[in-house]
Amino acid sequence: MEMPIPSAAVLSKKSHIVRRLNKVLPAESVISEEHETRAYECDALTAYRCLPMIAVLPETTKQVSDILRICHEEGVPVVPRGSGTSLAGGAMPTADCVILGVAKLNNVLETDYDNRLIRVQSGRTNLSVSGAVEEDGFFYAPDPSSQLACAIAGNIGMNSGGAHCLKYGVTTNNLMGVTMVMMDGEIVEIGGNHLDSAGLDLLGLICGSEGQLGVVTEATLRILSKPVGARPVLIAFDKNEVAGACVADIIKAGVLPVAMEFMDRLCIETSENFANAGYPDAEALLIVEVEGSEPEIQEQLEKIIAIAEKHNPIELRESKSEEESAKIWLGRKSAFGAIGQISDYMCLDGTIPVSELPYVLRRIGEIGNEYGLKVGNVFHAGDGNMHPLILFDANKPGDLELCEQMGAEILRLCVEVGGCLTGEHGVGVEKRDLMFDQYSHQDIEAQLNIKDVFDPKWLLNGAKVFPLISTENRRAA
Amino acid sequence: MIAPTTEAELSEFLSDASEPVRIVGGGTRLELGNSIQAKKSLATSGLSGITLLEPAALTLVVQSGTPLKDVQKALNEVNQQLPFEPMDHCDLLGSEGDSTIGGVVACNISGSRRIQTGACRDSLIGVRFVDGMGTVIKNGGRVMKNVTGYDLVKLMAGSYGTLGVMTELSFKLLPKPEASASIILHGLNDEHGISALCKALGSPNDVNGAAHLNDETLIRIEGFSGSVAYRTEALKKLFSGYEISVETNTNKNNKLWNSIGNVSVFSKTKTSIWRLSVKPTSGPKIMETLLKSGIKAEAQYDWGGGLVYLSVPDNINIRNHLSDIQGHITLLRGNGGGAEAMPIQSKLIKGIEEGLRKKFDPRNILNVGIMG
Repeated sequence: MEMPIPSAAVLSKKSHIVRRLNKVLPAESVISEEHETRAYECDALTAYRCLPMIAVLPETTKQVSDILRICHEEGVPVVPRGSGTSLAGGAMPTADCVILGVAKLNNVLETDYDNRLIRVQSGRTNLSVSGAVEEDGFFYAPDPSSQLACAIAGNIGMNSGGAHCLKYGVTTNNLMGVTMVMMDGEIVEIGGNHLDSAGLDLLGLICGSEGQLGVVTEATLRILSKPVGARPVLIAFDKNEVAGACVADIIKAGVLPVAMEFMDRLCIETSENFANAGYPDAEALLIVEVEGSEPEIQEQLEKIIAIAEKHNPIELRESKSEEESAKIWLGRKSAFGAIGQISDYMCLDGTIPVSELPYVLRRIGEIGNEYGLKVGNVFHAGDGNMHPLILFDANKPGDLELCEQMGAEILRLCVEVGGCLTGEHGVGVEKRDLMFDQYSHQDIEAQLNIKDVFDPKWLLNGAKVFPLISTENRRAA
Repeated sequence: MIAPTTEAELSEFLSDASEPVRIVGGGTRLELGNSIQAKKSLATSGLSGITLLEPAALTLVVQSGTPLKDVQKALNEVNQQLPFEPMDHCDLLGSEGDSTIGGVVACNISGSRRIQTGACRDSLIGVRFVDGMGTVIKNGGRVMKNVTGYDLVKLMAGSYGTLGVMTELSFKLLPKPEASASIILHGLNDEHGISALCKALGSPNDVNGAAHLNDETLIRIEGFSGSVAYRTEALKKLFSGYEISVETNTNKNNKLWNSIGNVSVFSKTKTSIWRLSVKPTSGPKIMETLLKSGIKAEAQYDWGGGLVYLSVPDNINIRNHLSDIQGHITLLRGNGGGAEAMPIQSKLIKGIEEGLRKKFDPRNILNVGIMG
């Protein structure tokens, strides 16, 4: 992975920068020895690593402000980091950077059930936000699959989604306000405990900006009353196309399931061998989940089953108990781990218009044959967010590169049919060089202009999101 | 009035433009915002028509100058709708004409359902626009999950035309509900009414309308008929002991919630109309503060109490009395004691906004001054 050449000028004043940071932070919050910075050399995109120059772990917004002010004055690049679970390399360091980790900022600051909101520090993990309000019957809706570990800061950076966003939306739809520190150290309040922006929608702009516009230290999030119950139905088909048509018919009928997950044969078989969920022998499998009170669940499931039956499923299994529900979900939830047991894999994240599902699945199979690599498909069918898993052998020279080329071709296919490169993981370094496949130079220039306003020196996570060639002059200025 | 009929024409016009223009959709919301310095008007009416409507993907792509009523008619035919229930400003502002979808987006107009399904900006998934230099820019697309690059889609919604003239918009749609019910609590004052709404919204009954006016507290639910019937009973139980009536006729419910969304209650008054977005429980406190200051204000609450429309006699600037509230205040109609229409921003936010406008409209020609 090509990264900018580290600045010799910055590297040469490392000890000076460490001294300055030590003046504003407790000693244990400044990490500059190689054996300790090693922990920050990569995120969940482990194929790419680089030791950062320094890592800092502030405990307050004021400390974040001090850190950024110092880095701004010294011209040091900063890479913000939540929990380091990015699958796109969003928190990957450069050799001359300061990693700014928000993990110690993990408190709940306010819960307000009357107004249905919670204010947290941004290093708090996604699941522990729901955990803080669960006993009182509330939850925080966005549920990325890394929710046990991932931080709200990273969720905001990447505008994270999850399995349930067909009904509840993604991070940006559940974010009400942030405290953000700008690269020059200024602290700005955006949004708050009310709905919608007073002026330009800066909150919407910041959400999904991959840590390039500022460092969010606190966030006000919308919480919702937990539904009474939820129940899935498993529907198996002998053709991908039929499963795709069934998804379309469910949506057209006005049913809005809370989740609609798709798995293809490779994923069904692999996860069945791994987790023994009792999945049928099928080409395609849908898990459709609805929620509400018991009569509401019944009403929705009846409609879904009536639609599914018109498509002659080879099996239709309605959960009758908590245990059966858990078993239906078990295979799906084990899918990534199961594939990981049999092979190295690369997980893609393109989104396509739902109507293109059958065509895209067929093309992905053909592309796999051309490259000689196997590919499994497991994804959120209701919103078209695909996760093709390309299997490769990391120990075989050239296989990773081949896999990356194939991944790029699949993502271009997603764009070609009217979709996009990434639905929920973000661009990071991983898809940086594909941006011109989706956007024109003018489209990209408009985005670069926005970063100029927030971070004129291009110090914040500047080597991400956009092809390096398009940001070279700005980063050097 | 200039009315380009293609994006290319619009681009050519803007790249050659030398003086400020006012962007006009259907002309029903011209009164919104601060005053604009512009002699010429630029109409989007020539950019009209539905580009793509895909019910199985809950997706609509539409030209910005398309009248909202045309959009709604087309969606009706496939039994779907724009989730955010945009209000019509004609009654309140005394304006005439047909609102356009572009105007709705430019002002981020959302109605009662905003508390459940999000604002206009939440349903908007793609945008094409021409900036102040005539450059055509696209962002987002036609899929509902997309985190590729910065989210300019959100930025364009509610930018009042100051960053560019939108040409094409994509939306995520929702199915039209099969049934609806309004549960109406009678005789509650503002404070008790809002607290009842908090209780309803904090229950697992998927409430998607929560308003209070004239001592009536209104709670709406929508969905499949069995589900609506079940939740109606659940809400009646939640409010046992209250004086309750229930409306289940869909036409009557539509009429009722349209009148709330359009703030019809203040359409005939000769007063200034203010719009406040605040924390729901702050709503009644604001009224209390104003009444204590001797101001004869009347309120309609929506969004569970968080969206407050105030009818206040002219010549009073309520901002002077509400300096410590969190949230924002907009003057929609009347002189408001000489107040600026748009919310007042902090210096830091204002600086960022000005920085952005300079990038998208460096020659200062698009709706100059409308957002303050």
